[in-house]
Amino acid sequence: MTETVLNTSDPVVVTGLGATTPLGGDVPSFWENLLAGKSGVRALTEDWAAPLAVRIAATMAVDPTEVIPRVQARRLDRAEQAALVASQQAWEDAGFKGTSEENGLDPLRVAVVIGTGIGGVTSLMNQHDIMLAKGPSKVSPLMIPMNMPNGPAAYVGLQVGARAGVHTPVSACASGAEAIAYGLDLLQLGRADIVVVGGTEACIHPLTISGFAQMRAMSARNEEPERASRPYDKNRDGFVLGEGAGVLVLERASAARARGRTPYAVLAGAGLTADSHDIVQPDPDGNGQARAARIAIERSGVAKSDVVHVNAHATSTPAGDMAEAKWIAKLLGEQTIVAGTKSMTGHLLGAAGAIEAIATVLSIANDIIPPTINLDDPEEGLAVDVPREARKVTVPAALNDSFGFGGHNAALLFHKA
Amino acid sequence: MATTEEILAGMAEILNEVADVAPEDVSVEKSFTDDLDVDSLSMVEVAMAAEEKFGVKIPDEELPNLKTVGDAVSYIEKNPS
Repeated sequence: MTETVLNTSDPVVVTGLGATTPLGGDVPSFWENLLAGKSGVRALTEDWAAPLAVRIAATMAVDPTEVIPRVQARRLDRAEQAALVASQQAWEDAGFKGTSEENGLDPLRVAVVIGTGIGGVTSLMNQHDIMLAKGPSKVSPLMIPMNMPNGPAAYVGLQVGARAGVHTPVSACASGAEAIAYGLDLLQLGRADIVVVGGTEACIHPLTISGFAQMRAMSARNEEPERASRPYDKNRDGFVLGEGAGVLVLERASAARARGRTPYAVLAGAGLTADSHDIVQPDPDGNGQARAARIAIERSGVAKSDVVHVNAHATSTPAGDMAEAKWIAKLLGEQTIVAGTKSMTGHLLGAAGAIEAIATVLSIANDIIPPTINLDDPEEGLAVDVPREARKVTVPAALNDSFGFGGHNAALLFHKA
Repeated sequence: MATTEEILAGMAEILNEVADVAPEDVSVEKSFTDDLDVDSLSMVEVAMAAEEKFGVKIPDEELPNLKTVGDAVSYIEKNPS
């Protein structure tokens, strides 16, 4: 079945980027540390981590409470804080200061789509502790706005003044990418003229760690935190949990031109599919994933030969990494340059697709592909090109993949502006 | 039992913590919503903090009657634990 190519006479472009991640409190530091092969993973030395089987995580390099004024921060869950830090950066990077109205934009034409895997779970857990210790009357009246998964999107909507719509797609580790795909749709359907899109996640907590650890999905390489996330390596033993947020500003090319902005890249196509295979295991043949990639490429109108680079999902799990690498080799060829950036950032769950989209966009804009670190002993049969150091190469187009528990597959195709 | 001054000082601390109100802006005639920018959710937090600090009980029905800082101070004075 062929997918029709949508209207490309006025493509959707990326005009703003913002991120707060384990590799830095903003995009420049994120990108610099990514290219340098730095790890954002650390040992969890906090008391609450002592009894856990997994005692490593990738925490935000700059705490959002250092950036957000105290009285505002105390009303926000950490995932909301991260989203607001990233969205402020992206919005300003796109050339806006203050609300949409203050910038001469029609708020009725501004939308926000911020995905999250689990939303404000740490606030929920903290309030539960308070309720158990002191009783129901001591639960914060702010617990609900802190916990609700639409909270991050809603707060970003308040920040920029978005009235076209404020949305929160939830698809586990595909949430951030799906949010970007949703933003593309809103622009192509004419529902909005500017969309602030991305993903956020901040769920580092004994219960969430235990939940993932009990599934045997996480690395337990506690004595070597920076070497624990090792996609494609023979000794990978699971993912490392990360936190943070990534936000992009999307608008039509004509609008960016009218504002005198140079886009980073074109968001030319998105593919969304579902495995219908298992509640957590991906389809081992990667059929649903490959289908999402094919759809994104076909809808973009870009030739496969131009898709020089894939920012892979590659979470460092024994099964997942290779299933994905296999279909990438088959679809795009063994010369495809693949980056497993989770080797450095860890797995930011609902924010992963967004920060990886940012890395993909910057690869295209700067003609340089980030390394995959800890790849000391590649798995047999790894048939794509995975550089261990940043690779300078012309990148006309690139694909960003994200897959989530539940069989959600999202692929985004970007190309040069 | 706390004096009026102590209660007022305690309210100023709470308002600073919850709503970033400058201590010098807190006086008995100030309206929570109109003068000090305290929204409804923050009012609940202010009441909860006051219950904790002064050992009083402030029932929900009472909140709408506490329009100014002075109303709150009087209520706390008149309803010791």
